[in-house]
Amino acid sequence: MRNFKRGTFTALISLALAMPLQAAEEKVLNIFNWSDYVAPDTIPNFEKETGIKVNYDVFDSNEILEAKLLAGRSNYDIVVPTASFLERQAKAGLFRPLDKAKLGNYKNLDNDLLSRIAQNDPSNKFAIPYMWGTIGIGYNKEKIKERLGVDTITSWDILFKSEISAKLKDCGIAILDSPSEVIGTTLAYLGIDPNSEKSEDLAKGADLMKKLRPSVKYFHSSQYINDLASGAICAVVGYNGDILQARTRAEEAKSNVSIGFSVPQEGGLMWFDVMAVPKDAPHPENAHLFLNYILKPEIIAAISDKVHYANANMAATSMVSDDVRNDPGTYPPEATRAKLSTMKAHSAKFDRLLTRAWTEIKTGK
Amino acid sequence: MTASAHPKQAARTTASEPSGLSQRLGRMSVTAIPMVWLLAFFALPFVFVLKISLAEADIAVPPYTALLSWVDDKVLSIRIDFGKFLFLFEDNLYLAAYVGSLKIAAVSTFFCLLVAFPIALFIARQSAEMRLLWLAVVMLPFWTSMLLRVYAWIGILQSNGIVNSVLVWLGVIDEPLALLQTDFAVYLGIVYTYLPFMVLPLYATLEKLDETLLEASADLGARPATSFFTITLPLALPGVVAGCVLVFVPAVGEFVIPALMGGPDTLMIGRVLWDEFFSNRDWPMASAVAIVMLIVLVVPVMLLRSRGRQQSFGHG
Repeated sequence: MRNFKRGTFTALISLALAMPLQAAEEKVLNIFNWSDYVAPDTIPNFEKETGIKVNYDVFDSNEILEAKLLAGRSNYDIVVPTASFLERQAKAGLFRPLDKAKLGNYKNLDNDLLSRIAQNDPSNKFAIPYMWGTIGIGYNKEKIKERLGVDTITSWDILFKSEISAKLKDCGIAILDSPSEVIGTTLAYLGIDPNSEKSEDLAKGADLMKKLRPSVKYFHSSQYINDLASGAICAVVGYNGDILQARTRAEEAKSNVSIGFSVPQEGGLMWFDVMAVPKDAPHPENAHLFLNYILKPEIIAAISDKVHYANANMAATSMVSDDVRNDPGTYPPEATRAKLSTMKAHSAKFDRLLTRAWTEIKTGK
Repeated sequence: MTASAHPKQAARTTASEPSGLSQRLGRMSVTAIPMVWLLAFFALPFVFVLKISLAEADIAVPPYTALLSWVDDKVLSIRIDFGKFLFLFEDNLYLAAYVGSLKIAAVSTFFCLLVAFPIALFIARQSAEMRLLWLAVVMLPFWTSMLLRVYAWIGILQSNGIVNSVLVWLGVIDEPLALLQTDFAVYLGIVYTYLPFMVLPLYATLEKLDETLLEASADLGARPATSFFTITLPLALPGVVAGCVLVFVPAVGEFVIPALMGGPDTLMIGRVLWDEFFSNRDWPMASAVAIVMLIVLVVPVMLLRSRGRQQSFGHG
């Protein structure tokens, strides 16, 4: 009896929900993307082309996006999580599988990168890659030269050997406030799988960070852009695009600060920001139209030019301006790419251990 | 909390007077408004948070298990997990964070009082028009975003900011001082941000202070300091208590100021709560931390209030 009632009820509800879908979808699309992550004409051109009105909201951390999605009924049609976050979110049933028949431009994507993303999103069921990047060291060339006698950094040693990092203490070291990415990086340096969930591996990575800790000025995931550009810090473990943005700002300000970026020879991490459609998206048809628009090589190339991140679109690479395409910080050479690892989502148990270790690194408690 | 106290007390004092049914109904409807308010904006959210704190984290929407579930459509099963509350005592991190928050809030409240008292006293002694002007000056910064004001402080304190530039230019120091990312910066940020919360209740009590008492005290040969400590301060005590509560309580849970101005080793409960919620995605644990924080806050405030009430009965 209960079952029957519940069944009828569910049927009624789904009927009610399905009704508007059968009628033509209203010409609206709600996008939730990272801040400063499109070209100025990306959205207006899409609106002109399709007549769809786009509501464009921005966030600045995966956590904020995740909390919104987990709370339910976010009302967004397109969201842009990092692939390792998408992995867990997909397990919670947050996304709608992509209808690839509606994505005619999907063939433009780089198969190598798609297979890397498939580690997070098996058979690329829920997401298309948007931009990707690396985590490396950004540095103030002049100050590094003064203290270490070299003006290019090629090894993580300058941070993870405490006798070297101590020499940089006075000019300021900043670290991403992102436990999984930073500990993953220390593990890559130690030659351990960055995705290891063994507590002894975590302890090794944490020990390395504890030795570096006395020389660290702060842990923050965006403040370093300004500080590197202004010379307030001289070395940072950060995202490639952010560090290149700091370089551009320093050049624009003519501040005589010259900024370098490198993914050291021991290797490091790469990340993918991907576009997915939430399960309860009110306008899934429009969302697919938008994804197919983003997959056009000329559109995504223009975005890469603007945001200085590499896209995963093979056909677009030749359309990206020379400055960006030939910058090893944005498009790393094949040899570097081979040494980059992709982060996986951690188990809840390991996340707790990781957060706890991170708090201990930062506060000593 | 303090706002709702007044109507209740008013109701109590008038209750002994003879009154008709309509009057009683009228009175009930007046007290009903704050009660409904409390129910809707305190009791209900609290029950929701308590409910989440007794669940288990899960990879789902929402990311925690249900307390009630039907087994085979016949048996209503209840799953309650007290583990989160027990875990708070297992790891010393939480105790350290509560103590850290209470310390930062207490020190900030003290300095807030120290700064606000002279300001409130000064305003209370102005002419009526000037009072309005000075109150506006105190309130005015409130009308801009708090975040903007905190960022302004970052601009002032950073190593190439105004303070350091001036000090270096004057030759007082050679190297810029590390002012930002320190506990000092957190204290400064909290005192600055919460100052109006302290000034306004202090002003409200000081304004009512009968100045003839001070004249009498001076006539009887008391020095200004003696008059201050024997007359002004005791009479301002309700304002002091109200101001301290208004500053202390939100300062304990403060997240933005320590996150932006504090150092990496500034450990406050707001940060721990953030980590539980966003890094561990453990909403039940985050809820448990929040509930214990509420208890830590509410119990002392209630003690303070009941003491205050005893005192006012004593005077009356």
